[in-house]
Order: sequence, then structure tokens, then C-alpha cells
Amino acid sequence: MTNAESGSPDKEPATTDQAARTTLDNTERAEPTSQQPPERPALGQLFVANLWAANTFTVTLLSLVLAMIVGGILMIVSDPDVLATYGYITARPGDALNASWALVSEAYANLFKGAVLDPDAVGLTAALSPISETLTYTAPLVFTGLSVALAFRGGLFNIGAQGQATMGVIAAGLAGFLLPLPAGLHLLVAVFAGAVGGAVWGFIPGILKARTGAHEVINTIMLNYVAVYFLVWLIVQNGVQDPNRTNAISRPVDASAQLPRLFGDNLRAHAGIILAVLATWAVAWLLNRSTLGFELRAVGSNPAASRTAGISVTRTYVLIMVFAGALAGLGGSQMVLGTTAAALTPLVVAQIGFDGILVALLGRVKPWGVLLAALLFGALQAGGNRMQSYSGVSLELVTVLQALIVIFIAAPALVKAIFQLRAARAARPQTSLAKGW
Amino acid sequence: MSTMAVDDVAVAPVNEGFWTRARKAGLVLTALGLLAVLLFPALAASEPARFTLSEDASGAALKINGTVGAALFGAVALAAGVAILAGLPKRWFTLVLGVGLVGFVVSFLCWQVSTAPAGQNFMPLVNIVRGTFILALPLIFGSLAGVLCERSGVINVAIEGQLLMGAFSGALFGSLSGNLWVGLVAAAIGGTFISLLLAVFAIRYLVDQVVMGIVLNLLAVGITGFLYERLMQPDPAKYNSAPHFSNWEIPLLSEIPVLGPALFAGNIFLYLGLLLVLVIHIGLFRTRWGLRTRSVGEHPTAADTLGVRVLRLRYRNVLLAGAVAGIGGASYTLALFSFTKNMIGGKGFIALAALIFGRWSPTGALLAALFFGFADQLATYLSAINSAIPSQFLAMLPYLATILAVAGLVGRVRAPAADGKPYIKG
Repeated sequence: MTNAESGSPDKEPATTDQAARTTLDNTERAEPTSQQPPERPALGQLFVANLWAANTFTVTLLSLVLAMIVGGILMIVSDPDVLATYGYITARPGDALNASWALVSEAYANLFKGAVLDPDAVGLTAALSPISETLTYTAPLVFTGLSVALAFRGGLFNIGAQGQATMGVIAAGLAGFLLPLPAGLHLLVAVFAGAVGGAVWGFIPGILKARTGAHEVINTIMLNYVAVYFLVWLIVQNGVQDPNRTNAISRPVDASAQLPRLFGDNLRAHAGIILAVLATWAVAWLLNRSTLGFELRAVGSNPAASRTAGISVTRTYVLIMVFAGALAGLGGSQMVLGTTAAALTPLVVAQIGFDGILVALLGRVKPWGVLLAALLFGALQAGGNRMQSYSGVSLELVTVLQALIVIFIAAPALVKAIFQLRAARAARPQTSLAKGW
Repeated sequence: MSTMAVDDVAVAPVNEGFWTRARKAGLVLTALGLLAVLLFPALAASEPARFTLSEDASGAALKINGTVGAALFGAVALAAGVAILAGLPKRWFTLVLGVGLVGFVVSFLCWQVSTAPAGQNFMPLVNIVRGTFILALPLIFGSLAGVLCERSGVINVAIEGQLLMGAFSGALFGSLSGNLWVGLVAAAIGGTFISLLLAVFAIRYLVDQVVMGIVLNLLAVGITGFLYERLMQPDPAKYNSAPHFSNWEIPLLSEIPVLGPALFAGNIFLYLGLLLVLVIHIGLFRTRWGLRTRSVGEHPTAADTLGVRVLRLRYRNVLLAGAVAGIGGASYTLALFSFTKNMIGGKGFIALAALIFGRWSPTGALLAALFFGFADQLATYLSAINSAIPSQFLAMLPYLATILAVAGLVGRVRAPAADGKPYIKG
């Protein structure tokens, strides 16, 4: 409790020293530079050479393969029937292998059919259904992923996308059923409210970081839970709770505030995915073309140097968190204005905030990378639903797969060692942002 | 605090003239005291508020009129706040602050208990104290796991996952073997498994430790949830019916009023938790291992120069932390409940909050865990007496308190200097 207990007297010099070292190689290493060698050998040769090198694409793909292998093992060990065939594997090894293969391949086939394309589907609606489901799950993840990625580039680790999305969903939901506005305007107001709700929740850790130095990781984690308890409390208040229900559910959002569907009334894909692509473009522009984006990246790679160069680090930190919060809030607003749900419930935001962290890492904290990563995660979610209902494999497997993929891509050295990849020409993909509390 | 933060502080935190940290705390306490004196007596009913020394309404009780009690204890809080504001000698600060805060809480309780529905305006202190300890248990184990990791320089955000994995493997192997001790060992191994991943990826592959912690939490939720649905749900008798530790009463000590039944009639986890606080406290501050751990957490390069094997010590401490947290998880499945999906439900993050609020020390973490456990127990009690205070706001208390602490409003909070920074030799 006292200072005397907390360690050596010379800790402060060590602190600044290490800060300088870690901040220098932080964000710059997070971007793999492009794979252009100075003089070009034949295209085919280049392709083969890069295929088995530890570049971003190969590492990501192999991480996916590794994750699916581990997932398959989990499926086998948790299936008593298949496990029984391993009891006599020395007598009849074919049985065990056949049973395992049948179980795992059927599950993954259903994952694919639910996410991309079902060859047996009849009619346009049925054929589009998997894609529509994938896009429905993708849209909010793009926003939370962008939120985390944007903050990451500015040197802040936003664990609070979950809380910001929660405040976004609250604001969007309230605007959706409390305000009597004409169609069109109502939707705009509700979406805007979601962004503001998230921005407020991002502002708090931002200003605390800038003014008092309080670490944003700690504060955003804490604010996540504050937001959830606020949501749980709010839902059962008069005027918010659905008067016809006794359980914790709010009134439904008016039709005038709901995002329009893209492929007709039978498919769930909604305009949120278009907003998501626009947001990706906007964030890419902000980061790479605008003054703020330049300041943000400068502060992210070296705050001390940025301050010397005349950039207001405090202001940048606050702005980063406000923007990140607004993005996460937009993601949250889709959970109630889109087709996933029309009313607030305690679990309405699902896991989009935490998944957003994984999406941002998988997308190598670059806007378009985030979009692709969100697409993969959305596909896994959509496919996981089908896998659960057709193969009886719990949806939780998708969480395992997502976590494993990110673990593997976060440690490219491990993937490289497993597959004996050659070192890539360019800097190895690195998602690490080594920084203390 | 973080290294970057130190550079970024707009106002130098050291010498602030009149508004020292103590005075700021005094100001907050004065405001709370004013609130208590002006508001709580007005809201309280002029009914007796009884604090019984038993589990129900019977037996000896401390009794006070609600309005009088609220005013009296509010005045205590106010007086303490004013005293600190007036510039109290430093050695009295903690004591007076504590008295003031207790005064505020008691004033609040006088109001709440006196306005409870007829027949319910009593507060069974044994229940409250016992509930506080039960609810604090996973927090104590979790925050100790955090202390072990972070004192040696590895951030542990994966406490939630370690607790969950411990709870799961304790339940699974406890029911498969039908043996409590097998379950306990399995729980420790389960927690260690998550820790092993954290250690290997953070120390060997230099993955960002916060990232790794978050991902490991999701992994633990996924694996336990998946196996729960595949194994435990279809066949709970085989996979999810672990035996439970019974309560062990310590003779004599369990006769002490209020504290006795709460502290000396608990299960093995209660004793183990309190013992671990003591052991880790002594270990950290009185042994060679502790000195090395702290030096590796503050300045690994210096420790390395003196011959301490930095990475090996970090591996060992992180794995140890996993075992501690795993046992903490088993305090659910081997004593109270059977396993359910995601049953830790954020307790790991409150444990993290307790670790930070307790300033990375075992005893501080214990006190913080008890405070958070009390808030949790109070929320349950208040909703049982139909209080006007929504239980959700009390549930927010640990998180808000941590934010205030980290922002420097309640006192100085500083992490070990090398916390979260991978050590690369050379």
C-alpha cells in the first residue's frame, strides 16, 4: 500500500527510457510494408516464392487452417460416439478415421453452406440467403473493428468498443421509439444518436487519459461494465419497457427508424453493410489523407516527438477516442435499427465490441483489412448458426475458431515455425503494440 | 501509471500547493458528508433501524432510530471530511478517511433499513459479512493471480479466462473422478493451461499482453461453452455433478459474534484464500523470491545484470498465477454451484479492478475485493428489502471506484514500471 513497498527507488528513469524504446517501434511495425521487391523476377517465380513465405496473406490463411484443425480436434474429443471408435483404433484404425472425418467434414461443410453458398438451394432467395446472413453479421463488426483499429493507430488501445456500442444501441434505440419523426429523418436521427452515444462513452476515457494520464485500457474495461448495468437498469424503466411484457425488453423501434433491407423482405441483409463500406472508406481517408489522420499516426508512433513538433497530444487523444467511440456507437446502433433485433434487451449488443478487437487485429489495424476481417468473422457467425442446427455442433466453436485465428496471426513466428515458412522479404506482420499499463 | 501517461500529464501531480491529494479526498468526503447529513435523515423514516448480530431478526441487535442514525453518522462523515480539509497530520489521514467513509455507509444504511417494509427493517449482520466474503472469494483469488503476474511484469487481463477454465475443469474432473481433491488439482491445472498460453505468447512470442489476455478470455469462454454444450448439457450426471466441499467449523473461533460464523465456519476456499493473501504478502516483501519478482517487474535489465533469470521467473510466476486463479474458479464449482456457461460473468474483470484499486499489493487487493464483495452483497440485500436504490447502480460501484482511483482522485495508483513490457535480452 505504501510507496516503500512498491519496489526499487530508480523506477522512474527506467520508465521513460523504456517508453522511448517501445513507442518508437510501435505502430510502424504494425503495418507490413508492401511486397514489392526492387527488381522484378518473372511473375510466376515471384508468386511461388511469395506463396510459401511468411507474408500477411499466407500467415492469415495458415492461421485459419490451424484454427480449424484445433476446432476439429475439439469436435472429435467431445463426441462420445466417435471417441468410442478410438478405443479399438489398433484393431480397426479405419473406423476411427472415417468417423472423425465424417463428423468434422460435415460440420465444416455446413459452416461453408451457411456462410457462402449452399449448392442444394433452390431459387434466388435461398441461394442468396447465406450471403445475406454473412453481411448481416459483418456490418456491425466492421464498425467496432474500425473503432479499435483507429484508436490503435493513434497509440491507444480501445478495449471499450463493447461499452461504446452499448451506449450507441441505447441512444439509437431510445431515439427509435421515443421520437415521433417522419420516415427517413427518423432513421438519420436514430443513427446519429447512436454515434453520439458511443462518442460520449469514448470521450470519458479520452479526456481522463489526456488530463490525468489514467490508462485507457483500465478505464475502457471498467466503462464496458458500467454501460451494461446502465442498459439493464434502463430497460425496465417506465416508458422504456414494453408495456405488454413482463421481462426485460424495451418497446420496439418504429418502422420509420429501421434500416431498409437490401434483398427484399425475406432476407435479413440491410443497408448497414453499405454504411459499413462508406465508413471504411471514410476512416481510410481520415487516416491517410487528412491532417488529423497524420497527427493521429504521429502521436501513435511517438507522442514525445509529436509534442515537440507542435501537435497537441491531449487534443489528439480526446479526438481519437471520440471518433473511435462514435464508430463503435454506430456499430451498436445497427444491432437495434437493423434486422438482428428491434428492441433493447440486456444482450442486444451481443459480443460485437470484443469481437471488434479481434477483427481489428486480424485486419492488421488497416481500414480495408478490417473490412475483410469482419467479412470473415461474419461468415463464421452465419455459418456457425447452420452448423449448430444441422450438425449439432455448438455455436461456441465459432468463438474458439475466432480466438485461435487471432492468437496464431498475433504470433507469426509460431505459424512460421510450424509450417517451415521462409522469411518474407518485407517486415514480418506484427500486430503487437507493446505497452505497459 | 503508464510510461506514456507520465509524459502526458498536463498538470504536474507532485506539488500541487493547497490542493494536495489529501485535501481533494477531504473535499469529496465533505461533499458525501453534506449529502448524508442533509438528504438521508430527511428521507429516512423515524422507525428503529435494527442491525441484528444473527442470521435473522432474532437475537441481540444494535438499534437506532432511522432519522437520528442517518443524521448522526452523516455528521461523522462530514466531520471527518472537514478535518481532512483543514489539514490533518499525514499519519491520521487513512484512519480518519476510513472512519468518514464508514460513517457515510452507516448513515446510508440507517436510511435504507428504516424505510424497509414493516417486519423487514433489520439488517442481519452475519449474513452480510458472510455474503461479503463469499462474493469476494473469486475476486481475492483472481486479484492474487494478477498480483503474481503483474509484479513480475506480465499484464494479466486473462483472469476471467483463468477463473472460468478453473471452474470448468474442476467441475469436469471432479465429477468424472467423484473426488474433491482431484477436482481441485484439475482446477489449478485448468487455470495454469490458460496461463501457459499467456506466458508462451507474451514471453516467447512477444505478443502484446493485453491483446493476448482479451483473446484468451474469449478462447476460454468458447472452449468451456463448447464442451459444456457437447458434454455437460446432454449428460449432467456424468460430467457435471462434482462433489462439493463442506464447511469446516473451527472450534472456539467460530463462536465470535458476527465475524465467527462468517470467517471461521467457511469452506476450504475461504481459508485457502486468506492464507494465500498472507503467504503472497510475506513472499513478495520478505523473501528472496519476492525481491527478485519485484525487481523483474520494475527494472528487468538491472535484475538481469545481477544474475536473475528474468524470463524463467516470469514463466514461473505467470503459471503460478494460473493455478491460483484456477482454484478460485473451483470455489464456484466445487463448493457452491454446478458449472454453467460463462458462469464467471465478469468477476475476473472486477478482480482486475480490485488488483488496481488495491495498488498491486496482496493486502490491498484483499481489502478492495472485500469492498467490492460488500457492494455486491449490499445490492442483493437492498433489492430484497425493495429499496429505491436500483441494484444496478450498486453493481457499477466497483468499476466507478476503479476509474476514480486510476484518474488519481482517490490516491496515487502506479503499476510496476515494467508491467506489460516484454523483456528482450541484450
